[in-house]
Amino acid sequence: MRRRILRSVLLSFLVFRAAFAFAQSSRELRFCLRSEPKTFNPLLVADDASETIRYLTGGVLVRLNRLTQQLEPELATTWKVSDNGKTITFKLRENVRFSDGTAFSAEDVAYTVQQLMDPALHSPTGDSFRSGEGRVVTQVVGRNEIVVTFPAPVVGLDKLFDQVAIMSAKSPEKEMAVLGPYRVAENKAGAYLLLKRNPNYWKHDAAGRPLPSIESVRLDIQQNRDIEMLRLVRGEIDLINSLDAEYYDKLVAQAPGMAHDAGVSLDSEQMWFNQVANSPLPDYKKAWFSSTNFRRAISESINREDLVRVVFRGHARPAVSWISPANKFWFNSRLQPHPFDPKAALQALTQDGFKMQNGVLHDRGGHAVEFSVITNAGNKYRERMATMIQQDLAGIGIRLNVVTLDFPSLIERITRSFDYEACLLGLVNDDLDPNSQMNVWLSSAENHQWNPNQKTPATTWEAEIDKLMKAQASTLDVNKRKQAVDKVQEIVWQQEPFIYLVNKNAMSAVSTGLHNAHPVALRPQVYWNIDQLTLATEVAKSR
Amino acid sequence: MKWARIIAISFLVLVAMACVLADFIAPASYGHQFRNVSDGAPSRQHLLGTDDLGRDRFSRLLYGSRISLLLAPAAALLSSLLAAIIGGTAGFVSGRIERGVMAMTDLFLSLPWLFLLITVRALLPLNVSPLTSAVITFALLGSLGWAAAARVICADARTLRASDFVLLARASGNGGARLLWRHILPNLKPVLYAQFWVSIPVFILAEANLGMLGLGVTEPLPSWGGLLRELESFSAFSAQPWQFAPLALFIVVVACFHIALPRKEFSA
Repeated sequence: MRRRILRSVLLSFLVFRAAFAFAQSSRELRFCLRSEPKTFNPLLVADDASETIRYLTGGVLVRLNRLTQQLEPELATTWKVSDNGKTITFKLRENVRFSDGTAFSAEDVAYTVQQLMDPALHSPTGDSFRSGEGRVVTQVVGRNEIVVTFPAPVVGLDKLFDQVAIMSAKSPEKEMAVLGPYRVAENKAGAYLLLKRNPNYWKHDAAGRPLPSIESVRLDIQQNRDIEMLRLVRGEIDLINSLDAEYYDKLVAQAPGMAHDAGVSLDSEQMWFNQVANSPLPDYKKAWFSSTNFRRAISESINREDLVRVVFRGHARPAVSWISPANKFWFNSRLQPHPFDPKAALQALTQDGFKMQNGVLHDRGGHAVEFSVITNAGNKYRERMATMIQQDLAGIGIRLNVVTLDFPSLIERITRSFDYEACLLGLVNDDLDPNSQMNVWLSSAENHQWNPNQKTPATTWEAEIDKLMKAQASTLDVNKRKQAVDKVQEIVWQQEPFIYLVNKNAMSAVSTGLHNAHPVALRPQVYWNIDQLTLATEVAKSR
Repeated sequence: MKWARIIAISFLVLVAMACVLADFIAPASYGHQFRNVSDGAPSRQHLLGTDDLGRDRFSRLLYGSRISLLLAPAAALLSSLLAAIIGGTAGFVSGRIERGVMAMTDLFLSLPWLFLLITVRALLPLNVSPLTSAVITFALLGSLGWAAAARVICADARTLRASDFVLLARASGNGGARLLWRHILPNLKPVLYAQFWVSIPVFILAEANLGMLGLGVTEPLPSWGGLLRELESFSAFSAQPWQFAPLALFIVVVACFHIALPRKEFSA
């Protein structure tokens, strides 16, 4: 009898617990972070996990709509950039409070901007605003208006504020007092983070109910992608923000309704030849690599369609230029990817004195054409691309040696010793404005990978790129900027200092229980409209 | 047991023959990419399917076995020889020399090999053929893998030196070199054999790990290590059991080696 009572008590406890857990989890969005966030200070964000926290908790003056790629008002109801591009005036939303109840005002914006531009803080977000020497002046015009003046014009000034989460100047909670949809409620180091709805979040839905609809967000720290996928299929998590091609196909086979391919992303994969004049390469190789015909021939010998189909299983697009087609405004749509044409490639090489002898290509001096391409070890997509390029180049008699190196060794070679011949790497791009790539395209720049830190441009086309990039950075006329950037894309397409290979697609996974999710190519692909997302139970409730 | 040995030896001979005759048996070149059938299932053209670049898995297994079954034992032989020379001599001479050599061995064992190997890779030229990269990799493994074995052999040599039969040989007028060559080394053989056989699978797996540092056998040349690395991308979501063929062959070959060898070789 006693055993029976004990059993029924235990059973009721389990039923209650399960029901409680279900009720809890149904109001909670769950997904995984690959690592712990390094900081909660929104101005110091430099890693993906911290970026996620900033996006979910930070309130910004303006927000770039990831779907339309247009700026939308958030904490600022209106804003105006001055004609000289140095000054921006924000009119702020009234009656807004931080998560701890502190009132929001122009003082907080002034405090945030001063912190952001403080050289001692070394804010990575602040770097985008640094266009010239001098102090940034913030002028609080009233409780809800502020004027920020930079020492020199900042291109795309208003868009840069999408990354600036406003901090409270007065709150004792400092950066933990937020204006975004969520606040950090719990942080279990190495295990998970729990974000709770910000009770003072200013947005409401059409029916006047407070947003966001989802009460809390649980972010589990999970490095293993297999486990992450298993958890998604089991219904333990609701989304995976970024999937690679292999996992995407596996998910399509398992649960096709969950897989989303938002199309081409801003990221690119490219290879380049070392053109540094004082590199330790033999002179005849330097001559190959600095020849436009040689670079064009290599480019035309690479079957990009095959790279897309085999390596990325169709979830990529042959790349055209340094701006991805995902960047709707700035991409030069007149350009097409270089075609796979080994015959044309051989003809171009013949013009440079190369000759085919017994299936091996030789240069004018009789040297067999052989070079190595380095890439980072452990990145199977790049290793596979390099191996496919190896076979493609063998078709025109070129021997390519694929060398995978650990990342620090690779960086040492491409930035300091310049002891390499060709390199295959990718560029992760978050910014739509081409001005963010000034540090790549100016011949004097450190990231001008094929020949960095030039005192004067080594070639006429690099001088032309310098001129055009400076021109686009010094005007606020969008049409003039577009013309200059289009021209730079054309020069890069012709000269191929970077041989662009593919633009990967932005793929993600969303559980069927998560509504209003419209995955896009820009980061964060799935939860960019976090305050609009609803879970299945809430949808049922609102009906 | 006798039958087990016969079967094991027959299997090893079969594998060895297949590797030697890979040029004739393999249906395709190990590097050729059949790009229209990448990640393909087993078929009449591709007995073990194709890998993610469309290369014939069966051909790659044959050529990979040839590389690994030739170079891993060569590396094991090199490391066992170094261990025999260093450990055997230290144990036989004993005294200060033994202590000095063992201190050096301990120092060698305590070195951070990962960082050292990264440095070694940084010093190597980039333009080396895949075959040269394979030889360099296994030569490195062979020349670095002697220290643990040297400790075991040194201890054994020390024990042998104090044994009755060595005392008797010494009393009979046998000198140092003759004593070492005729009495000590033959008795160290079982330990050396054991070290040799144990090193082979260790070196094969080490080569797979070195690939992550860019030190392994380079593309497109296959090796067991490289083929085992493909299992990295195996997940509960993919149903491609034929991906396990290299792992199965690796396990069976190592097991057959152990069965095929006389028991006394492992008595140490």
